[in-house]
Amino acid sequence: MNKISLRNKKEKRFQLYGKTAVLVAISFLAILLFNIFSTGISAFKQTYVAVNLNIPLDVNKSEINPRAELNKSFLKMFPEIQSRTERRAALSLLSKGAKYEFEELLDKNEGKIIEGYHWFLASADLDMYIKGTVKRQGDTAGRIDENQMKFVDQLESKNLIELQSNKYLLSSADSREPEMAGIKGAIIGSLYSILIAFLVSFPIAVMAAVYLEKIASKNKFSDLIETNINNLAAVPSIVFGLLGLAIFLNFFELPRSAPLVGGLTLALMTLPTIVIAARAAIKSVPPSIEEAAIGMGASKVQTIFGFTLPLAMPGILTGTIIGIAQAIGETAPLLMIGMVAFVVDVPGGPMDASTALPVQIYLWADSPERAFTERTSAAIMVLLAFLILLNLTAIYLRKKLEKKW
Amino acid sequence: MTEFLLILIIALALYGFVLNKSKANALSEVNIMHSQPHYHGLYSAFMTLVPAIILLISWSFIVNIITNITLKEFFSDVTDSGLVRFYTDGVIAYVEGSSESIIDHVGFLPAVEHYQSLQYNNKILQFIVILTLTLMFFRYSLKFVEVQFKARDYIEKVVIYVMRASAVFAIFVTIGIVLSLLFETLRFFDSVNVFDFLFGLHWSPQMAIRADQVGSSGSFGAIPVFTGTLLIAFIAMAVAAPIGMFSAIYLSQYASDRVRSYAKPIIEILAGIPTVVYGFFAVITVAPFFRDMGAFLSFTNMSSESALIAGSVLGIMIIPFVASLTDDALTAVPRSLKEGSLAMGATLSETTKQVIIPASFHGIVGSFLLAFSRAIGETMIVVMAAGFAANLTFNPFDSVSTVTVQIVGLLTGDQEFDSPKTLSAFALAFVLFFITLVLNVISLTIVKKYREEYE
Amino acid sequence: MTEKLKLSIKNLDVHYGDKQALFNVNLNIMEKEVTSLIGPSGCGKSTLLKCINRMNDLVEICKIRGQILLDSQDINEASQDPVLLRMKVGMVFQKPNPFPKSIYDNVAFGPKLHGMTKSKEQLDNVVIQSLSKSGLYEEVKDRLFEPGTSLSGGQQQRLCIARALAINPEILLMDEPCSALDPIATAKIEDLIAELKQQYTIVIVTHSMQQAARVSDRTAYMHMGELVETGLTKTIFSNPQHEKTQDYITGRIG
Repeated sequence: MNKISLRNKKEKRFQLYGKTAVLVAISFLAILLFNIFSTGISAFKQTYVAVNLNIPLDVNKSEINPRAELNKSFLKMFPEIQSRTERRAALSLLSKGAKYEFEELLDKNEGKIIEGYHWFLASADLDMYIKGTVKRQGDTAGRIDENQMKFVDQLESKNLIELQSNKYLLSSADSREPEMAGIKGAIIGSLYSILIAFLVSFPIAVMAAVYLEKIASKNKFSDLIETNINNLAAVPSIVFGLLGLAIFLNFFELPRSAPLVGGLTLALMTLPTIVIAARAAIKSVPPSIEEAAIGMGASKVQTIFGFTLPLAMPGILTGTIIGIAQAIGETAPLLMIGMVAFVVDVPGGPMDASTALPVQIYLWADSPERAFTERTSAAIMVLLAFLILLNLTAIYLRKKLEKKW
Repeated sequence: MTEFLLILIIALALYGFVLNKSKANALSEVNIMHSQPHYHGLYSAFMTLVPAIILLISWSFIVNIITNITLKEFFSDVTDSGLVRFYTDGVIAYVEGSSESIIDHVGFLPAVEHYQSLQYNNKILQFIVILTLTLMFFRYSLKFVEVQFKARDYIEKVVIYVMRASAVFAIFVTIGIVLSLLFETLRFFDSVNVFDFLFGLHWSPQMAIRADQVGSSGSFGAIPVFTGTLLIAFIAMAVAAPIGMFSAIYLSQYASDRVRSYAKPIIEILAGIPTVVYGFFAVITVAPFFRDMGAFLSFTNMSSESALIAGSVLGIMIIPFVASLTDDALTAVPRSLKEGSLAMGATLSETTKQVIIPASFHGIVGSFLLAFSRAIGETMIVVMAAGFAANLTFNPFDSVSTVTVQIVGLLTGDQEFDSPKTLSAFALAFVLFFITLVLNVISLTIVKKYREEYE
Repeated sequence: MTEKLKLSIKNLDVHYGDKQALFNVNLNIMEKEVTSLIGPSGCGKSTLLKCINRMNDLVEICKIRGQILLDSQDINEASQDPVLLRMKVGMVFQKPNPFPKSIYDNVAFGPKLHGMTKSKEQLDNVVIQSLSKSGLYEEVKDRLFEPGTSLSGGQQQRLCIARALAINPEILLMDEPCSALDPIATAKIEDLIAELKQQYTIVIVTHSMQQAARVSDRTAYMHMGELVETGLTKTIFSNPQHEKTQDYITGRIG
C-alpha cells in the first residue's frame, strides 16, 4: 500500500527532526565547553625565564634597587647587547612582576649568597608565543618583534624558558599585567556576596514558604502573595540590579562596589526561587506525619519546626543550592551596583570594594590583550567547577531525600 | 558604645531566659504547666530583645536623618545637591577617622565640630534611654512565670508573625521595584516628553552630556532600542523554538527512558551556564564563525556586532527553557488521548501533530511567551555581543542595541546623577519590567488554565 | 453463527521486564461473535487485549513471544505495519477519551488520517453513519461542532465507539468500556454491542460477570496470567469445567 509507506516515511522524517534537534542542542553545549576548555587550559601554565644571578653575601636589601639589580643580572646573560633599544627589547621579556619575585627571593635567602639560575615570570607577550597562542611569522610573533625574537631564540636554545604552573591565577587579584592577573579577589568577592545572599534570603524564603503552605488560609491575600512571588521569579535580573542601586546605594547609602550590597541584591533575586522550591518540598511531606504530631497534642508551630521542616529540609536545601548557583553566575545586577571596578586588592571584608567572579570574566573578556582571553576561559572553568560542585551537592541531597520515604 | 549596649542587651536577654526557665522548672516539679519551662525562658528573652532591637534601629534611623539635615545647613550656600552630599559624607568620614582629608569649605570645620558633639551627646543619650527601657521590659517579663501563663502561645504568635512578615516581604520587593523605577522614570519625564520617549525614532543619549542639549527632544526616542530588542529576541526564538520544541517532542514521545534520562539533564545544563559565559562564547567563537561564513559567501556588509550573533547565542541559551516547558506541556496530555489516537491507526507523528500538540497548545504558547520574556530581559549576552549604537533596522546583519544594553551602558562607568541620560536608564528598565511582567502574567495564566483542564 | 475463525492466539507469553504477565495463552476468536475476557484484576485480561492491536508496542519493557494470527497472518511479524493492523483492529478504552476537538472532528479523525474519503460529502456520510451506528446521532445531530468533551460520560464513550467504527475495523476491542459509566449508559452500550456484532468481531474485557453473560457468545476466564478456560458463555456460566472458574463465578475469588 503506497499510502502507508508514504505515511511511514513522514513518520521517519518527523522522528529525524526530533533526533536532530536533541543532537543540535547537545552539540551546542559540547562546542561551548570544548571552546572554553581548549582556550582556558593553557592559562594554568605560565612561562618563566631563567636569570643567572650572582648576589654577594654582603648585599643589604634596603640599599639596592631590586628591579635594577635583576635587570643587570639578566642583561649580563647577553654580552653582545649594545644599543638602548636592544636592552629594552631584552628586558621587556621579563614581567613587571619579576621584581616582586626577586624581592621574595632576597627575603628568603637573607644573609646567604644567591647564585646560579633562578626562574622569573616572563611577560605576557613571551608567554603567548611560548604557548603557541600567537604563531611565529618570520622573526616576529604577535607583539614580539625582531629585536626581542633574537633573545627569545637564544634563551630557548639554552633551555632557559619553560612553562611552570601558574601560581598567580588563583592567588592574586586583578592586575593590568595579564601574567600577574588572578581571580582570588573575584572569588573572595563572590563568596562574600553569596554568603550574604544566603544568610538573608534563606531564612526569609523558608519562613515565607511555611507561611504560604501551612499557616495562611486560602484567600485573596495569600493568592496575591503567591502570584507576586511567581512573577518576581521571572523579573529580569538587571531590574534587581536597579532596585539594589536605588534602595541600597541611593537610599540607604551603603558603599558602592561592596559585596554586602551585591549580596543583598542577589538575595532579593534568589528569594522567589527558594520560596518556590521550599513550598514544593514542604508540600511533599506526607500529611500523615503532621497529623500524627498534631494528634499527639503538638501545636501547629511545634509540628512545623519539629517535623515538617526537618523532613522537608533536603528538598529546601536542594532548591536553595540551585538558587545560589544561579546567583553565583549572575553578572548584570552586580554591574548596576558598581561591582565592576578594577580592584587589585583581595577584599578583606564584605564592605571593601570588590568584584565578583562572573564580573571579572566580563571585564577580562572585554580586554583587548590576547593573554586575557585564555585567562577569561580559565576563570570560566573555575566558575563552572564551582557550579558543578554545587549541583553535585544538590543531586546528592536529592538522592538522600528519595531514600527517606 | 553602641556595641557595648548591644552586648549588654543580649546578656540581659540571656539572663532573663535562664532566670525564667529555672523558675518555671521549679514550678513544674509540683504542677502541670501550660507551657514547657523553656518557653517561659524564651518569653523573657523575646520581651527583652525585640523591643530593644526595634528601638535601636529606629533610634539610629532618626539620628541619621537629624544629622543629615543639620549638617546640610553648614553648606547651605552650595546649590548642587550631589556636592552637598559629598561634603557631608566628607565630614562624617573625617570624624569617624576613615578619611583625613579636610575639605576646603568654610562650613567644614564647624560642621565637623557640630557632628562630633552631636555624636557624643547622641551616644550618651542613646545608652541611657535604651538601657532604661530595656530594663523595664526585662523586669516586666519576669513577672509572668505561673502555672497558667501561656508563654508558648505568645512565642508562637511571634513566630507566626515573623512568618507572615517574611511572606509579605516579597510584596515589598515588588513594590520596591515599582517605586524605585517609577520615581526615577517620572523625573526623567520631567525633562523628556513621554511620547517623544515612547515613539521617537532617534536614540542617542550621549548628546545629553553637552549642557545645552540636556533633554533636547529627539535624542531619547526609544523606538530603535525597542525594535533592536525585538529583533534579537525574535532571532533567538527562531533558533530556540524549533530546536527546543522538537527536542521536547522527541524526548517526550520517541526517546527511550534511558535516552531521556541522559539527554534531558544535558540539555538543561545549557540553562545552568552563566550568561556571561555565553557572552564570551559569542565574542570568541560565534562572531568569528559568522564573519568567516560571511566572507565565504562573499557577504561583506555584515557587522561584527550583528543582531544575528547576539540573537543566535541568546537562542542557544533559551533552548532549555522552551524544551523543558514544552516537555511539561506535552507530558501533561493524558495518556488516554495518545492511546486513543494510536489505536485508530495513527502514526506517532500524526498523533503528535493532530492530537497531542493541539491538546497542549496553551502550554506550548505559554512556554514560548516565557522564553520570549527571558530573551527580552537577558543582559550579559547582548551587552557583550550586540552593539551600543541603536540603529532602527530589521536587518539581522546590522548592529542593533537592546534595552538591557542601554541600561548597562548608561549606568556603568562615569555617571552624572540626575541627568536625563542616567534617568533614561530607569525609564527603559520600567518599560522592560512592565513588558516582561505582562508576558509572565499572560503565560502563567494560560499555563494554569490549561493545567486545570486536565485535572 | 458462522463459526469462522478470525483471530487465533498461539502460545503467547508476555513479559514486562522481569515480570511475566501472560503464560502460554491459547485462544481462538470467531468472526462476528462477542468474546469476553473475564477474571480477577491483574490476571492479564487487558494485557492480552492490548496485544491484539499491538498497543503494547508503546511499553518499552514489554516482550512478546508466541503468535497472534489475524486471518492466518502473524500480526507481530516484522513486515506487518502496526498502522495497518490498527485500521483493522479498533479499540475502545476503559475511560472515554474523546480528543479535545469537535464531535464531528473526533469521528472524522480516522477517515481523514487514513485518507479513506475522497470528498466532504463522503466524509459527512461516514461521520453520520458511524454516529448512527453508535446510537449517538439523534442525540448530537444539532451540535456536531461542539467539543466532544462537552458530552456526558456515556455519550463520550459512544462517541469513542463511533470514532473507532468510522475506519470500518474488522475487530473491535473494548477494554472495560462501561466501568466508568452509570447503569443506564451501560445498558445503552450493551445494546449497542449486541447490534454491532452483526458486522464486527468484538473482544470485550469486563469486570462484571453479568455483563459477560449478557453480551458475549464466548467467554474466556483468565487467572494469574494464564487462560484457565474458554468456551461458549452459556457453558462457562452454567457448567464450568475448571475449579478456579467455578470459584470466580460463584464469587469465591475476585
